[in-house]
Amino acid sequence: MRIAGQKLTGKLFAIYATVILITIVMLLPFAWMLSASLKLSSEVFVFPIEWIPSKPQWQNYVDIWTKIPLALFIYNTSKLTIIVTLMQLFTSSFAAYAFAKLEFPYKNALFLGYIATIAMPWQVYMVPQFLLMREFGLNNTHLALICLQAFTAFGVFLMRQFYMSIPTELCEAARIDGMNEYQIWAKIMLPLSKPALSTLTIFTFVTTWNDFLGPMIYLTKTELKTIQIGLRMFISQYSAEYGLIMAASVVALIPVLIVFLSLQRFFVEGVASSGIKG
Amino acid sequence: MANSTVAASDTPVPARRRKVVSRRRRRVQDALVAYSFIAPNFLGFAVFTLGPILFAFVLAFMHWDGSNAITFAGLDNFWRLFEDKAFKDAFWNTIVYTVVSVPVTLACALGLAILLNQKILGRDFFRTAMFFPYVASLVAVAVVWNMIFNPEMGPVNMILYTLGLDPQNMPGWAADRHWAMVTVILFGVWKSMGYFMVIYLAGLQGINSELYEAADLDGANAWQKFLYVTVPQLGPTTFFVTVMLTIQSFKVFDQIYMITQGGPGTSTLVLVYHIYNEAFISWDLGYSSMIALVLFFLVLGVTVIQFRRQKED
Repeated sequence: MRIAGQKLTGKLFAIYATVILITIVMLLPFAWMLSASLKLSSEVFVFPIEWIPSKPQWQNYVDIWTKIPLALFIYNTSKLTIIVTLMQLFTSSFAAYAFAKLEFPYKNALFLGYIATIAMPWQVYMVPQFLLMREFGLNNTHLALICLQAFTAFGVFLMRQFYMSIPTELCEAARIDGMNEYQIWAKIMLPLSKPALSTLTIFTFVTTWNDFLGPMIYLTKTELKTIQIGLRMFISQYSAEYGLIMAASVVALIPVLIVFLSLQRFFVEGVASSGIKG
Repeated sequence: MANSTVAASDTPVPARRRKVVSRRRRRVQDALVAYSFIAPNFLGFAVFTLGPILFAFVLAFMHWDGSNAITFAGLDNFWRLFEDKAFKDAFWNTIVYTVVSVPVTLACALGLAILLNQKILGRDFFRTAMFFPYVASLVAVAVVWNMIFNPEMGPVNMILYTLGLDPQNMPGWAADRHWAMVTVILFGVWKSMGYFMVIYLAGLQGINSELYEAADLDGANAWQKFLYVTVPQLGPTTFFVTVMLTIQSFKVFDQIYMITQGGPGTSTLVLVYHIYNEAFISWDLGYSSMIALVLFFLVLGVTVIQFRRQKED
């Protein structure tokens, strides 16, 4: 017998067995979540586990929208995520162009300022940052979370590393053709940097969508909450409604799943390249 | 620079002056263009990141509850660290979490990467599956974790029971002070190993295959090849992964908030949790910033040590 052009040996069999076993363990919590989301709360913990419910409770997926303002939470999170991602892409690639391709006074000092904060956990300065936002009257606004996430050192660093690998001769040729720097950025650098932009998009999307501590500190009004703290609120309010909690969790996972699956080719490459160059 | 002065000295005086002036204007103009590129990001970065970082260092030496007047505290907050039992617990729990989860995650990630670097059918699917927990919403997966590891009804203990484990000695997982840390660490390893696997995969693909051929000629077995080719060649990747994992472990919070709330007692209280409590529950902003400085120096120290070791190798 042959699999993928290789002879099925004992070694190959062992590899397949291990990989499949690990994959099952990795995905088991998701399978359990999906299965429990279609059960009555009283059936969720029945053992042995009935993986495919005999009487699927589709009603769970109807009820969650009225038990909590789930649609509003998703809207809030989408709004925040899209604005933050767009701002991050624009400001990072814009600044990165200057750091990679232009000469100006204090360039190294400024870049060092960015690098020095990459390793600094946000948790070190989250309290003074909160006080500052409060001073600006920004707590309980979405603007606070946008300001907090839209200007990261990581974004500038990632884009700059990518721009460094684009030959400078390209920019010089464009200058001779009479393009100014803004045109070079828009017409030459941006189209060439799709892999880096995709990586940054995915990282920003996933971090903003899944952020918990930020929204928990800044947003106390229900109508402003994001899906993560909304879900958390739901869990503490209806702690025994296991089926409903699981259904809401599945709904919270879907947007990330879609983005991840559609961009995963870039994701793997992007993580790898940002990791190695970092 | 040297070129421009040589060129300038050859030209007659008035023309040279005009050229110098226009060149200086050009340089100022170039710098302004460059700054205009940086400004949108840098202004936001300076106000919302650099400013608060500097403020954190000042705040650590102040007394402030956020509403009354701010007063100078000198080293009060620093000395308080030594009397605060919760801080001591949080500090050691953070160390334990890091010391256990970093090597375990690293080993799992490397093992997975080696497995999935082989030419096997459905490789992309397996890689995606391993990576998925990393991008999945933490709130959603943590609640599943709590249910699966529920000591009375959860499937994990049910399976242990059917395997014949004595119900009296069943692990209490998140509800048991001896098992709570294990539960949280297991969760952390499960969630992040796929991410580091991808980084290792990239590292593995960067190894020159001739090295393995040479090892084959020397009669090395698989284990020897792993030990004397793979591991040394992955040095830079392992360095990067270790630094990232260590920083990530030092700042662990979300999963602990979701799974154990720092308990039972203080058995899973970690530094960031303590910062959060002191700041947003007790409103002791100065003291919480002092704990944040401890976290900062911990991260800095580890990064510096690892950079040193990397240089020696």
